[in-house]
Amino acid sequence: MCLAVPMKLVKIEGNKGLVELSGVKKEISLTLLKDVEIGDYLIIHAGFAIEKLNEKEAKKTLEIWEEIANLQKQ
Amino acid sequence: MKYITEYRNKNVSHKIADVINTLVKGYKGKIALMEVCGTHTHSIFRSGIMSLLSDKIEHLSGPGCPVCVTPNEYIDMAIAYSRLPDTIIATFGDMIKVPGSTSSLEKEKASGGKVKIVYSPLESLKIAKKNPEKKVIFLGVGFETTAPLVASTILSAAEEKINNFFVLSGHKLIPPAMTALLESKEINIDGFICPGHVSAIIGEKPYYPIVEKYGIPSVIIGFEPLDLLEGIEMLINQITKNKEPSVENQYKRVVRREGNEQALSLLDKVFDITDSTWRGLGNLTKSGLTIKNIYSKFDAKKQINCKIEKTKENPVCICGEVLCGIKKPFECKLFSKTCTPENPIGPCMVSSEGTCSAYYKFKKE
Repeated sequence: MCLAVPMKLVKIEGNKGLVELSGVKKEISLTLLKDVEIGDYLIIHAGFAIEKLNEKEAKKTLEIWEEIANLQKQ
Repeated sequence: MKYITEYRNKNVSHKIADVINTLVKGYKGKIALMEVCGTHTHSIFRSGIMSLLSDKIEHLSGPGCPVCVTPNEYIDMAIAYSRLPDTIIATFGDMIKVPGSTSSLEKEKASGGKVKIVYSPLESLKIAKKNPEKKVIFLGVGFETTAPLVASTILSAAEEKINNFFVLSGHKLIPPAMTALLESKEINIDGFICPGHVSAIIGEKPYYPIVEKYGIPSVIIGFEPLDLLEGIEMLINQITKNKEPSVENQYKRVVRREGNEQALSLLDKVFDITDSTWRGLGNLTKSGLTIKNIYSKFDAKKQINCKIEKTKENPVCICGEVLCGIKKPFECKLFSKTCTPENPIGPCMVSSEGTCSAYYKFKKE
């Protein structure tokens, strides 16, 4: 039930936002988040954005994995 | 799909699995890791990551499926509400097949009961607006991830003065369930895979006292295969290297140390923490959420009276023990014989996040 996916915020109207993933658009509530901007990736659960995805941390994780993959190749 | 597919790289999966398997090579005995989130149960089985790991690592599913831990009394109450002439039950889809003592919401719907499946609690508010002559009751089931959404919906109902919207709160809190499992001592747990999206709301702090008191490594982990493997590597690292047990956060791209303060403040505004009954674990102190008195006009329990049938449990079903990780689904006499996803007898077979359903689908022997 705690399934939630990252979707990109494309429009803000008051407490409501429009998010998009692979062409699918969805209206969601922004009442649980402060300071969101268009272009942010939001974690969407049952019609609400429950958190903002931290892109810096996301990239860091991917870089570590890339290193793991490369290290063992050598 | 950005920020999803990158976390499913097969090549990296194998590499991380190798690191884990090397770590456990010299370790004596088995290592039991428990997740307490139904979405983790489902991801772990669907991705098949355990098949990459040494037999020394045992995966246990805990009480992390909200539908599964909801006791029969709650289901019976929802069923009783659905039988009233002036009500509409609005619920997440998972709930409708769950058998209560003698019926289910699905059966009630088939025989004329007004039961609507919603994707979001906000939809139940829309139903209330469209049907002013009816009392719309939303079944508030779920952990800390879902409860703030319901709190926000109640606040919207108050703001918009919607007087025919009610919530039957069966919300529960995860950390007290983790503590109860450790206290029961019926099961050995060497590490906790902490729920990613519950943690997005509550942050790291609620796990600190658990780790401190019970000395159990706990890592907050995301839901993609690489997240799970990296998180398991962090747990195994703490366990096999005999490190001071600590709370670590693998899912930093979503979970902040302090959690979502805005969501926590809404929870605090609308709900009081109360004792709550869990299937399998019994009554746990301070493990549930009840609607605060100032919002009692939205509290179905306080506003709508109805007669509830006497609670009955199926004596053969072992969902309670499965939920605590004490027994595996195939130890149940009903599993895959009379109890199947098409005809579920226990709640763990109903929800796609239930342990029995995962075992059934992915055929783990």
